Amino acid sequence: MKPPLFAYQAPKTVDEAIKFLASDADAMVLAGGQSLMPAMNFRVANPSLLVDIQHVEGLKGIAVVDGAIVIKAMTRHRELELDPDVRRANPLIAEIMAHVAHVPIRNRGTVVGSLCHADPSAEMPLLFVLLDGTLIAKGPSGTREIPATQFFQSFLTTTRKQDEIVVEARLPALPAGAGAAFDEVTRRHGDYALVGVGCVVELDGGGRAQRVRLAACGIADRPVRLKAAEAALNGTALASADLDAAVRAAADAVTQSDDMNTSASYRRRVLGGLIRRLVATAAQRAHGGSRQ
Amino acid sequence: MSTRTFGARIERNIDPKLLRGEGAFVDDIPLTNALHAAFLRSPVARARIRSIDVSAARNYPGVAEVYTCDNIGPLDMAMPLLIPHPSMKNPKTQRPLARDAVYYVGQTIAMVVAVDRYTAEDAAALIEVDFEQLPVEMDLKDALRDGAPLVHADVPNNLAAHFIQISGDPDGAFARAEHFTKIEVQVDRSTAAPMECRAVAARWDAVSGELTVWDGTQAPISVRGGLASIFQLDEDKVRVIAPDVGGGFGQKVLLFYPDELLVPMAAMQLGRPVKYIEDRRENFIGSSQERTQIHTIELAALKTGEVIGLRDSFLHDTGAFIPYGIAVAQVASTSIAGPYRIPNIWVEFKAVYTPTVQVTPYRGCGRPQACFAIERAMDQLAEDLNIDRVEIRRRNFISEKEFPYPREGLLFADGLKVTLDSGQYGRALGMAIEALGGAKFRAEQERARADGKYLGLGLACYVEGTGLGPYEGGHIRVHPITGKVYVNTGLSTQGQGHDTVFAQIVADQVGVAPDDVIVVEGDTKAFDWGVATFASRAAVVSGNAIHKAAVTVRQKILEAAANMLEADIDSIELHDSAAWIKGSNRFVPLAAIATASNPLRYAFNEAAQAATQFAPASKHDGPPLAEGQAPGIEATEYYSPPASTWAYGVHAAIVEVDPQLCTVKLRQYVCIHDCGNMINPMIVEGQVCGGIAQGIGGALYEKLEYQPDGNLANASLMDFLVPYATEIPPVSILHLETPSPLNPLGVKGVGEAGCIAVGAVVASGVEDALKPLGAVKLRHVPLTPRMLNEALEAIGH
Amino acid sequence: MKRAIRPAIPERSDDPRVEVALTVNGQEVRRTVSVRLLLSDFLRHELGLTGTHVGCEHGVCGCCTVHIDGKAGRSCLTLAVQASGCDIRTIEDVAAADGALHPIQQAFKECHALQCGFCTPGMVMNILSRFEESEPLDLSENGIRDMLSGNLCRCTGYINIIAAVRRAAELLGRA
Repeated sequence: MKPPLFAYQAPKTVDEAIKFLASDADAMVLAGGQSLMPAMNFRVANPSLLVDIQHVEGLKGIAVVDGAIVIKAMTRHRELELDPDVRRANPLIAEIMAHVAHVPIRNRGTVVGSLCHADPSAEMPLLFVLLDGTLIAKGPSGTREIPATQFFQSFLTTTRKQDEIVVEARLPALPAGAGAAFDEVTRRHGDYALVGVGCVVELDGGGRAQRVRLAACGIADRPVRLKAAEAALNGTALASADLDAAVRAAADAVTQSDDMNTSASYRRRVLGGLIRRLVATAAQRAHGGSRQ
Repeated sequence: MSTRTFGARIERNIDPKLLRGEGAFVDDIPLTNALHAAFLRSPVARARIRSIDVSAARNYPGVAEVYTCDNIGPLDMAMPLLIPHPSMKNPKTQRPLARDAVYYVGQTIAMVVAVDRYTAEDAAALIEVDFEQLPVEMDLKDALRDGAPLVHADVPNNLAAHFIQISGDPDGAFARAEHFTKIEVQVDRSTAAPMECRAVAARWDAVSGELTVWDGTQAPISVRGGLASIFQLDEDKVRVIAPDVGGGFGQKVLLFYPDELLVPMAAMQLGRPVKYIEDRRENFIGSSQERTQIHTIELAALKTGEVIGLRDSFLHDTGAFIPYGIAVAQVASTSIAGPYRIPNIWVEFKAVYTPTVQVTPYRGCGRPQACFAIERAMDQLAEDLNIDRVEIRRRNFISEKEFPYPREGLLFADGLKVTLDSGQYGRALGMAIEALGGAKFRAEQERARADGKYLGLGLACYVEGTGLGPYEGGHIRVHPITGKVYVNTGLSTQGQGHDTVFAQIVADQVGVAPDDVIVVEGDTKAFDWGVATFASRAAVVSGNAIHKAAVTVRQKILEAAANMLEADIDSIELHDSAAWIKGSNRFVPLAAIATASNPLRYAFNEAAQAATQFAPASKHDGPPLAEGQAPGIEATEYYSPPASTWAYGVHAAIVEVDPQLCTVKLRQYVCIHDCGNMINPMIVEGQVCGGIAQGIGGALYEKLEYQPDGNLANASLMDFLVPYATEIPPVSILHLETPSPLNPLGVKGVGEAGCIAVGAVVASGVEDALKPLGAVKLRHVPLTPRMLNEALEAIGH
Repeated sequence: MKRAIRPAIPERSDDPRVEVALTVNGQEVRRTVSVRLLLSDFLRHELGLTGTHVGCEHGVCGCCTVHIDGKAGRSCLTLAVQASGCDIRTIEDVAAADGALHPIQQAFKECHALQCGFCTPGMVMNILSRFEESEPLDLSENGIRDMLSGNLCRCTGYINIIAAVRRAAELLGRA
């Protein structure tokens, strides 16, 4: 399975890269290539022009400022996963990244690339939706900030325009004392999630849930915040009955249709199981009390 | 039989080369000026071809030629039916390039030969085919119904073959039985998925008239014979080499795949070497698949649990064509009674055409399906009669004193009556139970339940007919200069370590270290009498042939050494590459013996001097070479097995089921197996372990998903789930060695052993785990998340 | 067979070509190749380093794993032109110049961790990359399995490969 022909450019600046994208409606960005190259080898992706951004200046690196994390376009998954400042600021990230494919893929693939690829079963999109992240896109008409919750439109589709490059992605700091957890159910280790759930819990001084965030991947055509389930948990003691209510509320978020090996009923069961366990884990990791 | 290296865990001779990346797989072999082939494959399952337009492809820059059925001359034919059998009324095989119709998604329609594979794929995409699509029926049961769309217009009800075998008096048994247990089980389609896809390269030497074909095949001699016949060349003008091959598992024993004929043809026509390297997508839609069977199995038993009769009727999906005949179904039907006495058997199968990739053997070859059926039925019978599942097996095992145990009326794949020759079934079962804790496990299971975890014990037994004929050969020659021993046989290896295993057999006889034994196989120029590597037969058939040759060579060495040392032959012993007079320091090196055994006129080095007519060691009266004697230390012998020899084993596993997350995890796996005497236990364990991993794939992950329109939805390794290391639990393999009484080495085959019982183990383990929640019935593998979810819902969870 | 006129076949395709300059196994290499040539094909057929194998061309099996700038990566998912300027290391660079096996290779041999050998170079490169990282090695049962996930083997069933990783750690003093 060899890729079809394409023209190739390796610009050195963002502006150059944008010009190339704008010049050809079938031009695509090549970053880590771990999603694009398989598609090209299968000949289901046929870009007429590949704009390789690996040499574009200013697209490397990770910055952690007061717990907020800025990830540049060419930052590889593995760099983010192993960065000690990131681990300190947000231990959830390394936990989630361990589920992203396998290390050799994480060595080459980029976080921003995964976000732009927008597979509804992928872990990075879920992370950004869970933590209310932001993507910074640059195009011919300038720069714009896109909240993650508005970025993912549907299956493999985002609101990034064809002639835009996402130059960086940002995650806000976890609130002090918040506990976070993630888990997913897959067929094999490292596969895309059949159902994945991320959870952030902030407790008040009395140990009740001050704010719960829940997001899931694999249950719809994009990662979703489980707002109804969150509402069922906010302000509660996170007791068994509260979790039951949250699970019931989350059921409607499962819109992914049945296939040969999974069904909506299956996904609802797993979603419920993950919600129960992860809320408990996140709550355990949280520290109730005043903010710093 | 010697004991020194035979039976030892010797590291493999071939490993350093492979570890350094110096393996020579077909695509690694440098061929100057080679052209590359790509295929246009059918995107639809069933269609008439109205027209094919290759003009754009032919004119594409870099294309040498484009072939369709219209310009391949005599190759435009239905390919050979390899194993005829009277149960097939009108057997169908495919053509190298489709003519007038296609029968499955992936079928080859055109071949493009170009300067490189990228270009060839570009050009193939430009070929225009006008299809008139036809309806398809993908469901096995529905395909048999009157009015179902036919794969082949002249094969009514898509019935490719129908065969009934009877052993004993099943009707009588059913008439007097006290209890009946009847279940239906299903195994879904899988594929071998070797890490190296298929590959063929050919070079035609117009000067010498020789065709050389490198083919990642398990059957180089058989391929050579076919090519010579089809291209009307003398066999000695056709050389087929199976170089290093990256796994076969049965998929690569089928001949012919279209490329195996078309690539040599193109090389001959274009005057340049041609290569075809199958890619992974093509392997999924073009290379053989196997496993789909639906069994309705009924056990007739007494209240004691003794099974006195068995009726099994199964549907076997053969895909769109049946080139390998009914072998898979035949092996399944003759394995259906497992290790149990069950003296009265009625087994019927219907092989059904579906518009899918053709079905030919994949490791196990029907045994996994049969094992799944009988083991699930035995478990159900145990439950029905309230007898412990271990105990019911014990009561039904063929006991040691009942061997040889014939099953009259059942003919195995070799055309001979099934006769189980030896084994210790009860002992193996006991070892499995002991290994996984028995009562200790029950306690652990209780504790886990208290923690909300569900552990289960899975268990299954299997038998495996191995070592079938017709024959193999072994050729041994001791090299005159170095004293190294060269061994040839008609097989090829795809990772089984023949180079070491066969070396061990010879090393003991001839008194050399195994790394001084060089095994060259897989090359028709090196040795060309034989069949192929398949059906767990290499150790038995080639092993014994090589052993016979080694015994002959040993005798020759001893005689020559006795002559050279002027000693009595009984006082000679062989070790350290030399012949020694026992209890003394007098010896003569094997190299010298080999040199001296070839009477020379001209000496070309010091060693050779010893063999010339005036040298002392050559002292003789009369002719240097006696009547009936051949020069050199060399022998060729053949072994033809009298019958298959039956290996067996018991597998058990601890599984953990999480009903909330609908997951099944294997925690521990134990395999007790018996393949008779083991030549190299390390290699045996490797074979068994690899088989177990494939079995785990078949139990939980690997299912080819054909859609209602005939498309294969998961034709990639992303979506066809071959297990990674993370899916394989700790495995312990325990050996029993009950020597086979059927061959001098006492060996039985083991290549397929690992994968046979796993499906039944996992299904029974999950059922056991979920018992506290209800009686779940799992009779369909692989067990998908959806199936588990539905099973839980069915018991109200 | 009648001797036919040898057909006129061009030497290579019409693909636009690019110059790539990279370091492979410590040696500087400069070639002009098709823009779409995969790094796996470049290594195997342009440079003749056939130890890197191609099993799937969609990044799943790991047979094609090499080191790209010191880290394991799939050469089938990398264009040769993308690798221009990079430092590539293949299986051919692992054993010593005199052929002596690297401890990881030695461990594989001792533990019978290979059968057909097709997945082996990719396995070794992946394991070597993890051993060379500064991240601590998790040599537990699950840790080693995790390390190996991403490399498919169809022959061994992995148990011996897990043992080989442990043995390699011993030989390298990392146990």
